[in-house]
Amino acid sequence: MIFSDLFEETFLALESNKARSLLTILGIVIGISSVIVMVSIGQGAQSSISSSIESIGSNLITVSPGAQRSRGSGVSSGAGSAKTLTQEDAEAVAKIPLVQAVAPENSGRYQVTAKGANTNTSIDGVTPAYTEVKNVTLAEGNFISEQNLSNYGKVAVLGSTVRDDLFGEAAGDVVGQIVRIKNLEFKIIGITEAKGGSGFGSQDDMIFIPLTTAQRYLSGSETITTLNIQVVDSDSMAAVEEETTSLLLDRHGISDPESADFSIMNQADLISTASSVTETFTLLLAAIAGISLVVGGIGIMNMMLTNVTERTREIGLRKAIGAKRHEISQQFLAEAIMLTSVGGIIGILLGWGLAFVITLTGITQTKISLTSVLLAFGVSTLIGIVFGYYPAKRAANMNPIEALRYE
Amino acid sequence: MIEIKNLSKSYQTGGQPFLALDNVSFKIEDGEFVAIMGPSGSGKSTLMHLIGALDSPTAGSYFLDGKDVSTLSEDELADIRKDKIGFVFQAFNLLPRATVLRNVSLPLVYEGVEKEERETRAAEALKAAGLDEEHYTHLSNQLSGGQIQRVAIARALVNNPSLILADEPTGNLDSKTGEIVLATFQKLNQEKKRTIVLITHEQDVAEHAKRIIFIKDGKVLSDEKIKQKKIFNL
Ligand SMILES: Nc1ncnc2c1ncn2[C@@H]1O[C@H](COP(=O)(O)OP(=O)(O)OP(=O)(O)O)[C@@H](O)[C@H]1O
Ligand SMILES: [Mg+2]
Repeated sequence: MIFSDLFEETFLALESNKARSLLTILGIVIGISSVIVMVSIGQGAQSSISSSIESIGSNLITVSPGAQRSRGSGVSSGAGSAKTLTQEDAEAVAKIPLVQAVAPENSGRYQVTAKGANTNTSIDGVTPAYTEVKNVTLAEGNFISEQNLSNYGKVAVLGSTVRDDLFGEAAGDVVGQIVRIKNLEFKIIGITEAKGGSGFGSQDDMIFIPLTTAQRYLSGSETITTLNIQVVDSDSMAAVEEETTSLLLDRHGISDPESADFSIMNQADLISTASSVTETFTLLLAAIAGISLVVGGIGIMNMMLTNVTERTREIGLRKAIGAKRHEISQQFLAEAIMLTSVGGIIGILLGWGLAFVITLTGITQTKISLTSVLLAFGVSTLIGIVFGYYPAKRAANMNPIEALRYE
Repeated sequence: MIEIKNLSKSYQTGGQPFLALDNVSFKIEDGEFVAIMGPSGSGKSTLMHLIGALDSPTAGSYFLDGKDVSTLSEDELADIRKDKIGFVFQAFNLLPRATVLRNVSLPLVYEGVEKEERETRAAEALKAAGLDEEHYTHLSNQLSGGQIQRVAIARALVNNPSLILADEPTGNLDSKTGEIVLATFQKLNQEKKRTIVLITHEQDVAEHAKRIIFIKDGKVLSDEKIKQKKIFNL
């Protein structure tokens, strides 16, 4: 039997039962498109979480003062409240070979006013290295300079959200204007580029001032609330983390790592934790959608069994005029595969469209990968083979004489 | 040439073996026109299925053109049917939602013949079976009984079989249409030298053949050449 004949026979057979074929295809369409949509939502969540973690900076290790976790005592001095990290610690860490840069911070929340508007936001005392370490770029003006640090300059760089809160979204150039933080006047020297996103350390809702100024005028202490360490590459993260830990333990005269007075967090760990969570989430969504695919497959089998029974006499005739067993099973298998692959293609397009609409309406981020499309198509063809196999086998095994006599 | 020796076929019915064909032997030469006659349940259809390589005997041997068919596998039997045999079934067995041309060309699909050639050959077979060209594109369920039978005959001819087997081909037809069908067989036998085996339980129909094999209870009762009752005006 020539392939084009097989194709034509298959098409004619399915066409002669339009309603039944279409309903069966619909089952597969629903199954495949829900798999595509669910996986795209899962993968969208995964990529938006990891990109928002990465937007904080790359190859980052963060050290915060305070105990790692409360142990026995029940009460932990919350991260940031303890005053155990100093400028000297930061300078010592900066000398570790694989460290590219360090960015110490002294931050706290204060009331900020400007021209009558006021807001409560995070005031972050930083050094010039901050821009490099935490991927901050400026939309206007300049960032904190070494000179600002050394002369305790009262200058401020505003995040875009703070700028909008204080001056309104329509405000033009605010560089050169004055904001009052804790009743001290600061001159605005720059505005950072909006990073978007929220939660995970949004750097848009912040005001940056020189570290030294923050320490002297705002917090009144020489300590550091966060020490950001940028490592040269991702492979060296673990080594640097280990070295930083032992260096700080040494400097603080602590022998037991369990009682460290600081905690250390590795960005790579954060990403892998987050992505393992989203992977599980994606898998769960895919499994739920997969159930509808199995139901669609059972629909295929049901239809093919009905077809085989209805066409018993036709099968008998085909055998009588010389069709071999494999030619009969091929024909019914081809019908099942055609149903599932047509359903698969429509399902992929529909799922793609739905994912696009979901992204467009802003419900959640979605991401369609080529793998998920190929997988969906492969799975639908496989379903055709698996669920079409038994009916096809049944047709091929018919005795021609009994089949011809079938009423 | 058909050579049947001591052929038996038994069916298992309710635990009891039932002998539908009992030690049947005969030969049919190429170009013969034989009628197999007998009362209902005598084993005619069973015999036709064996001759047509649709079934295997329980005992005995069957040589078709010198080849032992009784020992072949299912797929090998399918090849024999495809190459050498044309069936006209009692119940027509056309594909209902297919055109006449597609019905007739169906056997050629399994020979791997290209579509264009299939349709040319199907048209030739239909012409030989005497169906008017205007019906070729009709669906087979839009035809009259006589036309359906012609399509069934054309389908039996399309693969140029040396042997044509027809089971009660006139059973459902009025005597006039029946005559036309019988005339078609006579013409095929006369002009194209096809071997024809016609199964019937009617004496009058059997007399259109050149030889009658009479069976009863699975046994051959008589086997004799007769004077053929010819139909001329075709
Ligand atoms: N598949 C089968 N299983 C069991 N018994 C069968 C089977 N096929 C035929 N028989 C029996 O074999 C005997 C011969 O059957 P067959 O169909 O050959 O008769 P026939 O001569 O063609 O009759 P009719 O003229 O009514 O068609 C019958 O008694 C029938 O019951
Ligand atoms: Mg019969």
